Amino acid sequence: MATVRVMKKMYGVCSHAIRQTTVLKAARILQQREFSVNEALRQQQFNSSEEKPQFPGASAEFIDHLEFIQPNVISGIPVYRVMDRAGQIVNPSEDPQLSKETVVNFYQKMTLLNTMDRILYESQRQGRISFYMTNYGEEGTHIGSAAALDPNDLVFGQYREAGVLMFRGFPLDLFMAQCYANADDLGKGRQMPVHYGCKDLNFVTISSPLATQIPQAAGAAYAAKRENTNRAVICYFGEGAASEGDAHAGFNFSATLECPIIFFCRNNGYAISTPTNEQYRGDGIAARGPGYGMMSIRVDGNGVFAVYNATKEARRRAVAENQPFLIEAMTYRIGHHSTSDDSSAYRSVDEVNYWDKQDHPISRLRHYMTARSWWSEDDERSWRKKSRKTVMEAFEKAEKRSKPHPDLMFTDVYEEMTPNLVKQKEAMWRHLQQYKEHYPMDTFTK
Amino acid sequence: MAAAARFLLRGAGSKAYISNVNSSAQSCLGTSLRKLSPSCLSQTKTQKKHSSHFTYHPDPVPSNYGPTTKMNLFQSVTSALDNTLASDPTAVIFGEDVAFGGVFRCTVGLRDKYGKDRVFNTPLCEQGIVGFGIGAAVAGATAIAEIQFADYIYPAFDQIVNEAAKYRYRSGNMFDCGNLTIRAPWGCVGHGSLYHSQSPEAFFAHCPGLKIVIPRGPVQCKGLLLSCIEDHNPCIFFEPKILYRAAVEQVPTEAYTIPLSQAEVLQEGSDVTLVAWGTQIHVLREVVTMAQEKLGVSCELIDLQTILPWDTETVCKSVAKTGRLLISHEAPVTGGFAAEISSTVQEEQVEVFRSGQEIDQLLTFTCFRANNSEVVYSELLRRSLSHHFSHLGTRPGKDPVFNHLVRKQHLGRGCPSAPCATTDCYFWFNEPSLYMRG
Repeated sequence: MATVRVMKKMYGVCSHAIRQTTVLKAARILQQREFSVNEALRQQQFNSSEEKPQFPGASAEFIDHLEFIQPNVISGIPVYRVMDRAGQIVNPSEDPQLSKETVVNFYQKMTLLNTMDRILYESQRQGRISFYMTNYGEEGTHIGSAAALDPNDLVFGQYREAGVLMFRGFPLDLFMAQCYANADDLGKGRQMPVHYGCKDLNFVTISSPLATQIPQAAGAAYAAKRENTNRAVICYFGEGAASEGDAHAGFNFSATLECPIIFFCRNNGYAISTPTNEQYRGDGIAARGPGYGMMSIRVDGNGVFAVYNATKEARRRAVAENQPFLIEAMTYRIGHHSTSDDSSAYRSVDEVNYWDKQDHPISRLRHYMTARSWWSEDDERSWRKKSRKTVMEAFEKAEKRSKPHPDLMFTDVYEEMTPNLVKQKEAMWRHLQQYKEHYPMDTFTK
Repeated sequence: MAAAARFLLRGAGSKAYISNVNSSAQSCLGTSLRKLSPSCLSQTKTQKKHSSHFTYHPDPVPSNYGPTTKMNLFQSVTSALDNTLASDPTAVIFGEDVAFGGVFRCTVGLRDKYGKDRVFNTPLCEQGIVGFGIGAAVAGATAIAEIQFADYIYPAFDQIVNEAAKYRYRSGNMFDCGNLTIRAPWGCVGHGSLYHSQSPEAFFAHCPGLKIVIPRGPVQCKGLLLSCIEDHNPCIFFEPKILYRAAVEQVPTEAYTIPLSQAEVLQEGSDVTLVAWGTQIHVLREVVTMAQEKLGVSCELIDLQTILPWDTETVCKSVAKTGRLLISHEAPVTGGFAAEISSTVQEEQVEVFRSGQEIDQLLTFTCFRANNSEVVYSELLRRSLSHHFSHLGTRPGKDPVFNHLVRKQHLGRGCPSAPCATTDCYFWFNEPSLYMRG
């Protein structure tokens, strides 16, 4: 009873706060990109005449009975969806009404990503590339979110967002060049496979340390806000990375400094082998939003339209109101964590099969298209054939390409070549001259 | 953390804590030795020095950068930031408590002058401050981040070492955070004890991609800070906090830059090269005088200024001339930056050694928080007398000055930090009364 009463009270306070905030936000939309924060959102004025708590760090009322707040006071955050597992639109008013051309493009990008994954995964198994990470099962989160953004919006990814880059038009040749670390790699062969990046497509180069991109994205969003160019930032990360201190830093900074940013959490159930129940105790990642004073939503990540709608609205409001949004996209990592992992050691084949066969983002979108006669069996067959062929062509081309010039080991450490690096480069060449029989020099660009 | 910092500040703000006082406490030993030694008699006429004693030596008034104003070190920081905010509309300054002027007063007045979107507080989170700064720089802003104390920079170690330093390299020069400068008060202050005194430059010196700069006074501070801000690589700028108020010079009001990665020879000499940076420069300036006066030894004093990438040429050239090297820093000995300098110098000097030219064994000596020229001087003597200065006629065990100084180190109560000189030990005798006098 007591618990119920408290919870009701909490909800009452919450909804009151939400109403208040909505009014304030509406007012703030009018003063677009205004830096002055509404005083009401700031620390409350001290007023000793009122019989209310006057502590500078919190508002609300006094109570006169001892009660702890239940940890599940904001439990059961619902999952927003647009289409069901059979590809049927659940609530027609939520259908984004995208054209056939747009939806087919979604589908083709999702399946092309899937095909590229299969070929590169196999190539690692054959020892042709050193490492790979597939995106199986998470294609909906990539394409749905990427499609909702402006091409100018800056993307900070984690490492499993190849679909975002693919949607923006990153050519297969460059994906392959990066995985092969050949002379065409924009990153000059310095990172492990899947650490893509592209300045022209506003996709910041991936780095291996987890969650470091989160406070960086907040800083970039702040700079974008000051530039006043209607640009937003999106930051992807997994539910595991959300445990890092950097995640807390990024959330808190973006909220207090009012940054136009979308935090996009791909909650795919596993951080390598660690399941979510060993990763956190609260209600997922979305539940953390209110703690930071941040707008949050949980969406069905395997439904590309739910992801699209949520990201689109979050993006619109983030820019208009200069505030961060947190999207937790629920999905499932069907593949192993990476080629260095065997997930059968920690999860059942049945579990994986369920997501692969019953609730796959690609099959759900295909059901949607089939129901509208936008995609036939013939279309599927010829597209599969064509996509496989283009991937294979790019793959073979990349394999033949030479490795980057050895001098590139020494550039870009600093903007300029420093005297110590010049010396070390000369020492390397002397070494290579002396021991050239030990190095496959003919594979490098001359 | 912040509370501790503020507490410290209150003490720091109220007085200058570099003292130059006569100590009334004389050990019996010292008295008896004085009777024996004429040079010790002369010392009583000069002043007794405490463990954290040195006299600040201002730079000459610079003539080539336009009109100057009297500024202390924190005001020279403010002046540099002021110039930057005025000329670069993308520049932003942020960190813990910077909005009201900062706990060391380095950002006083800037928020009011340039707006709260350009000079602002962040939450109390160092990894967030640096991460945020990297992102802002990647997106095109000039980001100037303040870490409240160098002692608290470690939560940001990953962001600095794995991210900032490698941004350009890992992206094949597509993205960089070269417009990021991280400022942090650094080094011994006298009453800062374990967590307000550290000199962490060596941790970062192991990381290619970063630049690390430490100025010795206000004129250098402004010029070097503006160079860091202009430089297209992420820079860490450590400010010797003991000098914030104590170091006063005539500083140009307009913007000017002093080149990075260039050491400065402050005094030419022929017998031994002394290398230091930041506060230790002033300690060594006294050593230079003492060595000249007491031993007739001519010291060449070099301010390294940029720790990474450092000016090997200037240092090696000097050592080639003098054949001897002493490096003094405030950080622990093992893995300290002095080790890097001495090994580099020895490597560079191999050819000279091979050529048969007589060069004595290189000396390296690092001293932790021995902000006392006598400590450094006596160490110089202790380590070098038997081999290096024998031609001067002084011998260990026979020289009363030497005996007096060394014994005082180990027995006297007047030098609380002496037992820690040349050790890795963090412990030292924290006797605030010593620093509060004068």
